[in-house]
Amino acid sequence: MTFRACSPLLRDDARAGARAMLPLIVSILPFALIVGVVAVRLGYAPWVASAFSLFFFAGSSQLAAMQLLMDGTPLAIILLTVLFINLRFTMYSASIAPWLRGAGVWVKMLMGYTLTDQPYMLSLYAFDQRPALSRRVAFFLGGALPFWLSWQLGTLAGALLGSRLPADWGLDFSVPLTFLALLAPAIVDRATLAAAIVAAIVAVLAHTLPWNMGLIVGALSGIAAGVVVSSLSPQGSRP
Amino acid sequence: MLWAVLIGGGLITFSLRWSFLALVDHLSLPPTVRRALRYVPVAVFSAMAWPPVVIVSQGIEIGPGNLRLWAAIIAALVAWKTRNVLYTVAAGMLVLLGLSMVTGSAV
Repeated sequence: MTFRACSPLLRDDARAGARAMLPLIVSILPFALIVGVVAVRLGYAPWVASAFSLFFFAGSSQLAAMQLLMDGTPLAIILLTVLFINLRFTMYSASIAPWLRGAGVWVKMLMGYTLTDQPYMLSLYAFDQRPALSRRVAFFLGGALPFWLSWQLGTLAGALLGSRLPADWGLDFSVPLTFLALLAPAIVDRATLAAAIVAAIVAVLAHTLPWNMGLIVGALSGIAAGVVVSSLSPQGSRP
Repeated sequence: MLWAVLIGGGLITFSLRWSFLALVDHLSLPPTVRRALRYVPVAVFSAMAWPPVVIVSQGIEIGPGNLRLWAAIIAALVAWKTRNVLYTVAAGMLVLLGLSMVTGSAV
């Protein structure tokens, strides 16, 4: 089904997805460049940086894997680290799946491949207003595909520009800033506030755990806190 | 070894992402799990956002000397008020770069 052949409504949804994704693409570009720069600084050829972006499509795990591989870390440890850094995607998958009930296998595989933080963030807010499955898929892919392309081009550009770009400008700070930007509107009541606070505290305290397990422990603690606080008050979670 | 990492890591990452999408048509989640899923975004975003801000090479630093912390607090306020990703990221980066220039310390 070509883009032209889609119903006008689906094209609107795809465009809406792309438009919503635009600011997130701009804010991820510095990080994409950095991932490319770090790759060549570590000693990899630019095509390797691209290969990581193609196979993983997950910035923080790409950085970790490239570093560990260069350090001579055993394969099993590298894979375990990648697993824990990316384990949050399982939570995204579980949380987004109910919206995609009935979608075709290939569509779900494509959405799965492109399911990273930013497409997930957008979809949560947009799926509510789209009662039809095809519209949700159109919105998601409309944003996720440009985002994927930007990541590929960004890491390649970073790798090719390599030494020309200073990696110590703190450009990687744009990543936690993006998460802050999406965290703020996600806090809507006491339960979500509790979840955010507990997740942050635990993740920070647990940061010395191996294989980036601190992130998972922090996230799970935050989820537990959210569930507990929501069950404490009678209506569930009034602010 | 490189290809083992690429393919192994790639398969792992894809499987994690695809896991529930593949299963959704075949199982229904119990209500407690569904309730827990509501808190996934806020918990994960928070767990991803704050550690890079307060953790430096020597450990946890929560004090006026941590430039990233200042930048993050300002950015969080901007995020809360404007709900705009670009403004938030721009504000945080500007504060960080500005403070590092003023104090002469690294970012």
